[in-house]
Amino acid sequence: MSALAEAPFSLEEIASEGIKPDEYEEIFRRLGRHPNKAELGMFGVMWSEHCCYKNSRPLLKQFPTTGDRILVGPGENAGVVDMGDGLQLAFKIESHNHPSAVEPFQGAATGVGGILRDIFTMGARPIAILNSLRFGSLEEARTRRLVNGVVAGISHYGNCVGVPTVGGEVYFDPSYSGNPLVNAMALGLMETPEIVTSGAVGIGNPVLYVGSTTGRDGMGGASFASAELSDASMDDRPAVQVGDPFLEKALIEACLEAFKTGAVAAAQDMGAAGITCSTSEMAAKGGVGIELDLDKVPVRETGMVPYEYLLSESQERMLFVAHKGREQELIEIFERWGLHAVVAGTVIEEAIVRILFKGEIAAEIPATALADNTPIYHRELLQEPPEYARKAWEWQESALPGCTAAGIELAGKAHSWTEVLLALLDSPTIASKQWVYRQYDHQVQNNTVLLPGGADAAVIRLRPQLGEVASTKGVAATVDCNARYVYLHPYEGAKMAVAEAARNLSCVGAEPLAVTDNLNFGSPEKAIGYWQLAQACRGIADACRELATPVTGGNVSLYNETLDAEGKPQSIYPTPVIGMVGLVEDITQVCGQGWRSPGDAIYLLGSGNSNTTLGGSEYLAVLHQTIAGQPPIADLALERQVQSVCRQGIRQGWVKSAHDCAEGGLAIALAECCISGQLGAEIQLSAPDPEARWDHLLFAEGSARILVSVAAEQVETWESYMQSHLSASWQKLGEVGGTTLSLTVDNLTLISASLEEMGDRWSKAIERRL
Amino acid sequence: MKFGVIVFPGSNCDRDIAMAVRDLLHQPTRMVWHEESDLSDLDVVIIPGGFSYGDYLRCGAIARFSPALQATVKHAEQGKFVLGVCNGFQVLTEAGLLPGALVRNRDLHFICDRVSLRVERTDLPWTQNYRKQQIITLPIAHGEGCYYADAQTLAELESNQQVLFRYCTPTGESIEAGNPNGSLHNIAGICNRQGNVLGMMPHPERAADPMLGSTDGIHLFTGLLALTEAIVA
Repeated sequence: MSALAEAPFSLEEIASEGIKPDEYEEIFRRLGRHPNKAELGMFGVMWSEHCCYKNSRPLLKQFPTTGDRILVGPGENAGVVDMGDGLQLAFKIESHNHPSAVEPFQGAATGVGGILRDIFTMGARPIAILNSLRFGSLEEARTRRLVNGVVAGISHYGNCVGVPTVGGEVYFDPSYSGNPLVNAMALGLMETPEIVTSGAVGIGNPVLYVGSTTGRDGMGGASFASAELSDASMDDRPAVQVGDPFLEKALIEACLEAFKTGAVAAAQDMGAAGITCSTSEMAAKGGVGIELDLDKVPVRETGMVPYEYLLSESQERMLFVAHKGREQELIEIFERWGLHAVVAGTVIEEAIVRILFKGEIAAEIPATALADNTPIYHRELLQEPPEYARKAWEWQESALPGCTAAGIELAGKAHSWTEVLLALLDSPTIASKQWVYRQYDHQVQNNTVLLPGGADAAVIRLRPQLGEVASTKGVAATVDCNARYVYLHPYEGAKMAVAEAARNLSCVGAEPLAVTDNLNFGSPEKAIGYWQLAQACRGIADACRELATPVTGGNVSLYNETLDAEGKPQSIYPTPVIGMVGLVEDITQVCGQGWRSPGDAIYLLGSGNSNTTLGGSEYLAVLHQTIAGQPPIADLALERQVQSVCRQGIRQGWVKSAHDCAEGGLAIALAECCISGQLGAEIQLSAPDPEARWDHLLFAEGSARILVSVAAEQVETWESYMQSHLSASWQKLGEVGGTTLSLTVDNLTLISASLEEMGDRWSKAIERRL
Repeated sequence: MKFGVIVFPGSNCDRDIAMAVRDLLHQPTRMVWHEESDLSDLDVVIIPGGFSYGDYLRCGAIARFSPALQATVKHAEQGKFVLGVCNGFQVLTEAGLLPGALVRNRDLHFICDRVSLRVERTDLPWTQNYRKQQIITLPIAHGEGCYYADAQTLAELESNQQVLFRYCTPTGESIEAGNPNGSLHNIAGICNRQGNVLGMMPHPERAADPMLGSTDGIHLFTGLLALTEAIVA
């Protein structure tokens, strides 16, 4: 007789907690009895992918996680790296995809709130936010509503809480139509002498509940985030939390003040799965137990039952373990900031989470059963790439209509290359994101060195709050992923995402240090979904090892699929977003992407036109409506050399601007440098092979390519430096000047576009569609 | 010259202002908790940007009831200096220290940008280190920065030369194209009739540190210092 058959719950009730039949049997075995409703709920959220990584954990193991500068790797609330001069940086990325799909404003806002808590829980003051957003096509009304809501939500929360939103990326593709991706990354500078960790310690130490009140909002959000979205998901709006950035701002100040007293022994934020997750994780990490009395918890509504307390995801709450006898000190600090702080429990020797309610035991579960020793699924990996990929790889450039130096004929109409360039600049994925970042306060805290839109990565000065500015150091940060590449080839695409993130940091002069990753994928229960996840993880692991940027943690968001009206699942592109941070030794030696002065020489670092492809390119998608081909393959050895040369050029002051060639290839990168610097350029390219296509020359994409500009008087030094460090992997392309981007090959003019027309298309593309 | 920066729950530019006057200009500076009511040691009270008390109800509407603001009103009545930046400007209008109100931006979105301003008057300590009609660039970051007042108030502001900063195009024309938020008369900053209370939406403290490249804002603070030096001399 199975436990399931005798369970005091119906199969539907069990399934509605996100628990599979086998998992119920396992719960019964571990408890030696049937769980009650509250306990069932606790297992449901803690055994969700969101909390326990049951599908991804075996894959995440292969990531490199250690290095000279890594102070805290995966497993804590955030990773921490050593920036030198006593400066320590905490950083982490997290997704809020499903909540944002259902309620974009609050979904995105609380995504920001959650990631900030991960940072300041460690004792770090949040100093920057970045976000990586993906939406469907802007031609759809629903997408426009989502874009408006998500941007307003991030703006509302980030601006009010007083942390600058300094960078990010926004992509538009129909694959995200019903399931947008909202990933938020936060950086913080350690402000306490010791990094605050989350393992509960000290039998008999009081457990404090601090922050906001508990209500019924966000019930079961973690389970909700670990299932496919359907039409019925719209009815799950109570599973979306409501954020209050004003409370969070007070919580930041109160927590940092509290940590500095030395009275806090451990801290954990209440994010997904609220009280359940924080109690069980703190207990499991400390190898102890926690007894918590729900009657002590401040509430915002009456009549709640234990199940609701335990699964509530009300925002702006934390759990502290205080040193015994020092709780009153802490309570006073929180009350001064208008926040709750109450002793709600005790650290106990027996390694269990015991929840009391109205004088009785409402739940009692071994802590490790919830938080540590959780189910793992080793799934079967496809031996062969799936059919969709093999079919896509068959595509060749020869499938495209013929073209000449004058242009290409599309749908019976001749287009000049200048027109094609302008069409690409008008593609929302390539176009200026000013409409988005202008709504984010990106300068509060007075440390923003490079403004959004002007450079390939954000740069923030590292300035401790107390004392004079002693250091010239800064941190550069970026989030990157070309998911179309990953879809076409998960392994190579993931490698490219890491390579591009590092390249973006190098383009501002920063040395890449470490990674936080956000794996946004479809269902791992499907062969293709798991294959994509597994291949992408391998790609991230290989690239991070090769580029010496260990992974310090991150977030996994699976089941990013929407069911269409017929109930057919539509998966998003596999999207492993790479958040990367880098060290800037001297913030006065950084560089932006725009040309600086007429007469400066323009160079392309990297292998030029070899090793590039139109496969998976933005050109192929936008102009030919084709998603096919082998995407570019990252040449990591060359990547390292090119990036190192670029960084050295910036540090020496030779390089005045640097910009990575990404979506849209060389021609778009040149146009972006022109628009950003409000200066034209005269470019002469050497003739391609007779068989090579003109569109390949202009718009093909590839790895390890960086455009730089150098003052005329530095040309000699710079060229000899490149010659000795890159041998032949560089070329001079032309000169900055005028008000037109002109690109010629052997006296044939391929492109001639004025700053005005390029800027007009590029800067208004998104706003025009909203 | 001693500066005090009021800290409400929800203030978030308090440290930025303190950094400008304490770290860059080396002036004695203290943070003033919103529950304090004795500001007699201060020469200049600064109400910083942010979202005081969450800006619930209406921006700045709750802050005016705080003990620190009550004390600020007295401080102003003694003819001492009061500066309100961004949310601080909103608080000053709510408290009645400055006329008019700040309402939602014209396009209803929050705007973070660098904008051109024209310095309208330079015979006050605040602006004495600028040239008359000088075009400067300062950062803005607000959702409710559209200055509004009735016709009579506007006429009085103009005739008393209370407008210190006006939004303009990079070439100095105060026309619609140079107005980021729809403010009437392109008003970015005004003072009271006596000239000792200044409210402005742009952030001078964000354009103060040479390390970050832009210093058009620091002259506002050095203008005040020049005044004390003059008195001491």
